[in-house]
Amino acid sequence: MSDIMTAKDLNLWYDKTHALKNVNITIPEKSITAFIGPSGCGKSTFLKTLNRMNDLIPIVKITGEVCYNGQNIYDSSVDVNELRREIGMVFQKPNPFPMSIYDNIAYGPRTHGIKSKVKLDEIVEQSLRDAAIWDEVKDRLKKNALGMSGGQQQRLCIARALAVKPKILLMDEPTSALDPISTSRIEELAIELKKSYTIVIVTHNMQQAVRISDNTAFFLLGELIEYGETEKLFSQPTDKRTEDYITGRFG
Amino acid sequence: MLSKKRKAYITAMKTAMYISVGLTAALVIFLVLFVFFKGIPHISRELLFTKPSYTSGRIGILPDVLNTLYIVLATLILVIPLGVGAAIYLTEYAQNKKIVGMIEYAAETLSGIPSIIYGLVGMLFFCQFLGFKTSLLAGSMTLVIMNLPTIMRTTQESLKTVPQSYRDGAFGLGAGKWRVIRTVVLPGCVDGVITGCILSVGRILGESAALLFTAGFAHALNGIVEGLASPGATLTVALYVYAKEQGEFGVAFAIAAILMILTLLINLSAVLVSKHFAKKRKL
Amino acid sequence: MKKNKIVERAVHGVFLILGLLTLGCVLLITVYLIISGIPAIKEIGLFDFLFGTRWASTAEEPSYGILPFILTSIYGTAGAIVIGVPIGFFSAVYLSKFAAPKIKGFMENAVSLLAGIPSVVYGLVGMLVLVPGIRTLFDIPDGASLAAAIIVLAIMILPSIIKVSMTALEAVPKEYEDASLALGATPVETCFRVSVPAAKSGIAAAVVLGVGRAIGEAMAVMMVSGNVPNMPSLFQSVRFLTTAVASEMSYSSGLQQQALFSIALVLFLFIMLINAVLNFFLKKENC
Repeated sequence: MSDIMTAKDLNLWYDKTHALKNVNITIPEKSITAFIGPSGCGKSTFLKTLNRMNDLIPIVKITGEVCYNGQNIYDSSVDVNELRREIGMVFQKPNPFPMSIYDNIAYGPRTHGIKSKVKLDEIVEQSLRDAAIWDEVKDRLKKNALGMSGGQQQRLCIARALAVKPKILLMDEPTSALDPISTSRIEELAIELKKSYTIVIVTHNMQQAVRISDNTAFFLLGELIEYGETEKLFSQPTDKRTEDYITGRFG
Repeated sequence: MLSKKRKAYITAMKTAMYISVGLTAALVIFLVLFVFFKGIPHISRELLFTKPSYTSGRIGILPDVLNTLYIVLATLILVIPLGVGAAIYLTEYAQNKKIVGMIEYAAETLSGIPSIIYGLVGMLFFCQFLGFKTSLLAGSMTLVIMNLPTIMRTTQESLKTVPQSYRDGAFGLGAGKWRVIRTVVLPGCVDGVITGCILSVGRILGESAALLFTAGFAHALNGIVEGLASPGATLTVALYVYAKEQGEFGVAFAIAAILMILTLLINLSAVLVSKHFAKKRKL
Repeated sequence: MKKNKIVERAVHGVFLILGLLTLGCVLLITVYLIISGIPAIKEIGLFDFLFGTRWASTAEEPSYGILPFILTSIYGTAGAIVIGVPIGFFSAVYLSKFAAPKIKGFMENAVSLLAGIPSVVYGLVGMLVLVPGIRTLFDIPDGASLAAAIIVLAIMILPSIIKVSMTALEAVPKEYEDASLALGATPVETCFRVSVPAAKSGIAAAVVLGVGRAIGEAMAVMMVSGNVPNMPSLFQSVRFLTTAVASEMSYSSGLQQQALFSIALVLFLFIMLINAVLNFFLKKENC
């Protein structure tokens, strides 16, 4: 497996707070990488640096590099919008737009200039199929997306992210607002999707990390403490702090 | 048991409250009934659908009704894009807190300035400096400045209720800022714009001091284009002229009754609109 | 992709301009008032202008003293506050803390109506009810007087006072009131000794807002105050700062017109002062 993303000496400040300290990591292609750690450890913040969502917060300052396919995404020549098309995101709380299911999925492709009705229909169906929700919604594509259940909304958001054909999918605690059944469906979906996409998932549910991820990174107080194969990290952690965390001594 | 002193205090306060509310209620009821009683008998088909004629001594308020309509339309068409744009700048673009504070303070200042001052500056700036002469257009421009803070504030309020997650979702798909605003943010502020329009229409209908020197008080019957370019009285200005300068109290009260009905309708629609949107919010 | 960036820049620029529009308007108004208001003050002399007691703009030897207008505006506003504030305050307290929902709903609509009625309608009713009433009641030759203006203004500021005070009173945390009730205070005592003091900045803001409305009102007072530049006296015809501008503007020229602009400038300064005070109270309320 080749590496698709690399962070080098990444530091991030919220105003004066040093929120990420010298993070170095490489993320392999077509795998699931999980970020774990207690609340406020910087895992979500780090996830957002990977597609520059932190740009939207004016007080954030970033140093270091994040390379995607060898290109530093913080380089001034990078088109942020194009970057976010290739590196999609699924948020903690399902956030469908207040539009029809169809328009939600078509939003991304339309944003990037696809106007043909035939092409859009095709993308919408394919994305919904890939997100394993097509059968549930195919008869009500014109209905408002806000009428769906929370679990359905989250799979819709995954479908919406897939519709722009990203290479990487960043998931920020995608199941934390969902019930156990919806959670397991999303987990199954993630494993299915890894065949064609690279997935990075932030979770505070350690069982979830064990169930679905190939590699796991443990963050604490803005530092990347340990990073390696999931099985190994959970069975023989090398760092004392990792061991304390996964055995439930804190967090 | 309460002491005598406490009892007296409570009674005094209660009495003061009952008298005050009673007075306020009586005042409103008196005003409405008095205006209707004096005005409605004078409302006739002739009054509503003709223009005044000096030869026959007939008085008709059709030109004033049309002028009011033109001024409302012209003002709204100009003020909506300006006010909404200003609100979008404040909620979506501005990052410097000082600038936001200054703009908001300016808006507050604008809403505190008396309309007679707007009339004066409108006359100097729009009528004389920009050469619009005394015309409905100059009047509406003046009203645009007066109503700018209203539209800006109501739009801002409703923009604040558009969840940040919608914006994040759209940005996360690679949409640029302008596309996010057009597709996700703007549809969310429709309710604020409508509320602002209702408030503004009420204010425009009631305005007189700012229009006296900017829009004038002619009673000519015009189409909208010609009308905007020439001077003309709105209903309120006509009321003033008929009552104060011509002593035509019957006509003045007829206009007052019409204005009262319009005010009631505007308040009613404001209530209905806010209820409608409150229901929608809950969904 | 380059094109997108240009569009974004342009859009940002457009919104920036729109955002700065309110600032521009305030600036425009201030600059115009100062530029057009200064010359007459220079010519008449600041002291003679502000403290001269005789206004005779069309006399053969014109005199431009605006003290009568300033004092009339101050007395008129003070009178309106003295009458309007207690009624508005007690109404607001009753409506926000004691009224049954139906009464509250009705009165809220009534107050909105009061706020929406155009000022010329108040002027008209005042002309035909108050002015003759005052004339017969006090047996004076003309009922168009400061007293009539004060009553009209008091009515016109009621809605602002009631609405703003109600908002402040309703924002008082219920815990405060519960604590007072639990100590054995009656609801009325709780309301006046706990809720009202807690809402005092908001109520102060309501009063200041009323002052601003009263001092700026032109048309209604023009119709009931007789419009003669006397020094203020309760049962005499008087002229306010606002009506001084409005009544002569249409036929004025030369120094007379410039003096009217100067009056507007004085009025504007009053309003700016009131705005600053209002802002002070609103900021306090939000803390």
